[in-house]
Amino acid sequence: MKKGMISVLASVISILVGLLFGLLLLIVVNPAMAFPKFGELLTAGVSSLPKLAKVLYQAAPLVMTGLAVAFAFKTGLFNIGASGQYTVGAFCALACAIIFQMPWWICLIASLVAGAVWGFFPGLFKSLFNVNEVITSIMFNWIGMMAVNLLCMNLKNAAGQLVMLPTAWVSSPIKDRTAALSYANPSAMIPKMGLDRLFQSNYMNISIFIAALVAVLLWVVLNRTTFGYELKACGYNKNASIYAGINAKRNIVLSMVISGAMAGLGGGLYYLAGTADYTIQKALLPMGFNGISVALLATSNPIGTIFSALFISYIQVGGESLQPVYAKEMIDIIIAVIIYLSAFALLTKNIISKYIRTDKTNVNAEPVPPAAPVPAAETGAVDSGEVPEKTVESEGEDK
Amino acid sequence: MIVLADVISATIVFAVPLLLVAMGGMFSERSGIINIALEGIMIVGALMGCLMMRWMDAAVTSGALGSQLAMLIVTLFAGLCGIVFSVLLAFASINLKADQTIGGTALNMLAPAMAIVLTWVVQGQGQTTILIPTWSRITEANFGLTMKSQFLQNLLFKNMYLTTFIAVILFAAAVILLYKTKFGLRLRACGEHPQAADSVGINVYKMRYAGVLISGFLGGIGGIAFTLAAGSGFQSTVAGYGFLALAVMIFGNWKPWSILGASLFFALFKVIGSYASSIPFMPQFRGVEGVSTYLYPMLPYIITMILLILTSKKSRAPKAEGIPYDKGSR
Repeated sequence: MKKGMISVLASVISILVGLLFGLLLLIVVNPAMAFPKFGELLTAGVSSLPKLAKVLYQAAPLVMTGLAVAFAFKTGLFNIGASGQYTVGAFCALACAIIFQMPWWICLIASLVAGAVWGFFPGLFKSLFNVNEVITSIMFNWIGMMAVNLLCMNLKNAAGQLVMLPTAWVSSPIKDRTAALSYANPSAMIPKMGLDRLFQSNYMNISIFIAALVAVLLWVVLNRTTFGYELKACGYNKNASIYAGINAKRNIVLSMVISGAMAGLGGGLYYLAGTADYTIQKALLPMGFNGISVALLATSNPIGTIFSALFISYIQVGGESLQPVYAKEMIDIIIAVIIYLSAFALLTKNIISKYIRTDKTNVNAEPVPPAAPVPAAETGAVDSGEVPEKTVESEGEDK
Repeated sequence: MIVLADVISATIVFAVPLLLVAMGGMFSERSGIINIALEGIMIVGALMGCLMMRWMDAAVTSGALGSQLAMLIVTLFAGLCGIVFSVLLAFASINLKADQTIGGTALNMLAPAMAIVLTWVVQGQGQTTILIPTWSRITEANFGLTMKSQFLQNLLFKNMYLTTFIAVILFAAAVILLYKTKFGLRLRACGEHPQAADSVGINVYKMRYAGVLISGFLGGIGGIAFTLAAGSGFQSTVAGYGFLALAVMIFGNWKPWSILGASLFFALFKVIGSYASSIPFMPQFRGVEGVSTYLYPMLPYIITMILLILTSKKSRAPKAEGIPYDKGSR
């Protein structure tokens, strides 16, 4: 319980400092507008129901990519390939929807499987050939993005039309994005269950609830099952877990597969909402990289990713209100600063928890025979008098 | 034949940033710090270099400043800014013992966002491209020559930039620094066994700082070299070259000469990809859309993957990389 509080505290401090930095930046760039725009940035997400709907809509895929990264972190891997898995997942969901005219839930499963496949390769290469998963997944980001673009531009139906593009469905000259689900296959859109009317926004659907459900599920797997325990054990100490009879190679692959599946499902959730079409572009999709921020802010806790995704989504919606006075990339700077701070927030957290532990439990009680007499003598001296001198000394030694 | 000249000259000009940045990564990792922030450092170098070029444009076009002298200043400035940016990584990972991958990722996010914001500030709202002045390229006019042969013209002067020569000098300097000096030996020791290095009186923190700052310098110059090579102006991105350089470094086994070979190799594949339509023996895939924009550009990444797998047995990373040095631990 205390540990959890410390994590939350560390993240909140990072966020506050990051926002403060953002404010300073706004002042430097354009002092006149800085304060009103900063106020808008902080409040835009709750200023109206449609805005709130947009926060929730964008949070759903963020939860998923955040889970992807967080799950890999928990098992000792760094999945920087969430972007590629997300893209491939999105494509398979859209392909199932547009080409095969499947209902939405099959499309979602397709995105899950596609992401899993894209996560499988880095895991396999890591476990079989010991190739660093960071490099592999970066390569697979680019390969995935380019392959998806190629497929979107070239897949043809029986009649020889480019089936993924709008041209096959309506008379439209647009060739740089996929066909909209609203005319290609409305049944593939994630159900709204009346939420769209409640929020007065087309963006609103049940995707955030699906994402939250998956997050809870993942938490259960990690913390309440033997399987999850084994995965985490591999992350903490690979050699020790091998010694304990855990198949570490298999677990690395499985971790990456699950991680990839999460990111893939994120792609499905975002593009099956029916409000955004996949645009053929030359840069990697940022959603996967934002997942890294989400995971770090949540200190890799699956439940925590729900909240950190909501936060990131919230300030991103706020960031749109910065335009046109400021570039909306201001938000990216703020997020980057927050992540930079949380990189050593992990460390400060460790220090705090270490202090708490040494306060609570008696170090001398631990069965370390050769070391035991020395601290015992010290504490004895502290007890018998000369309190200030001795404590100062021992503090100096600690550092 | 003209195509051959084009391919060779383009290969060299694209190998230069890979070489510089991978060498930078090598210095950092040999000292024990994983530098995943190379992409961000490149972007900062490219941004600052381009801003410097923009700033000196008037002086050069009016003839007050020699164009290649200006380029020398631009290159050094880019390197300096790379150093400044890399201090952020060094501080987090050495002083604060933060997770090096996370710190690097944060810097990779920070750099492009900062570049866009700064570009807006300098050029005005919505102006996201910094154009590169034509005087940045070395032409035969700089030497007072006129080329008779189209082949030689393309081979030598189509993609000739000062950064190419600087890269050659820096490469030689880096090899000597790493293998022939006391400093190089100490740096490598800190990446292999920092405790042992510390026990003989080497300041591990200082050495690691040196490693990261050198990577910042080389990364910054690599950034401006990439932007010059890409040629279409700076748009707050270096298209994943920093990450490709990381792969080159691993494929080059953290050794300068192998890295040189690896960067030429990858550059060649990249160039073959972009020149595929004018190379006679390459398959053209008629009837397929997006071959030159998406299919061939995939080539360097796939080849990288295959080669990393094939050479993984021989791959040997510095032993202590990624582990923050803690004086108290044994």
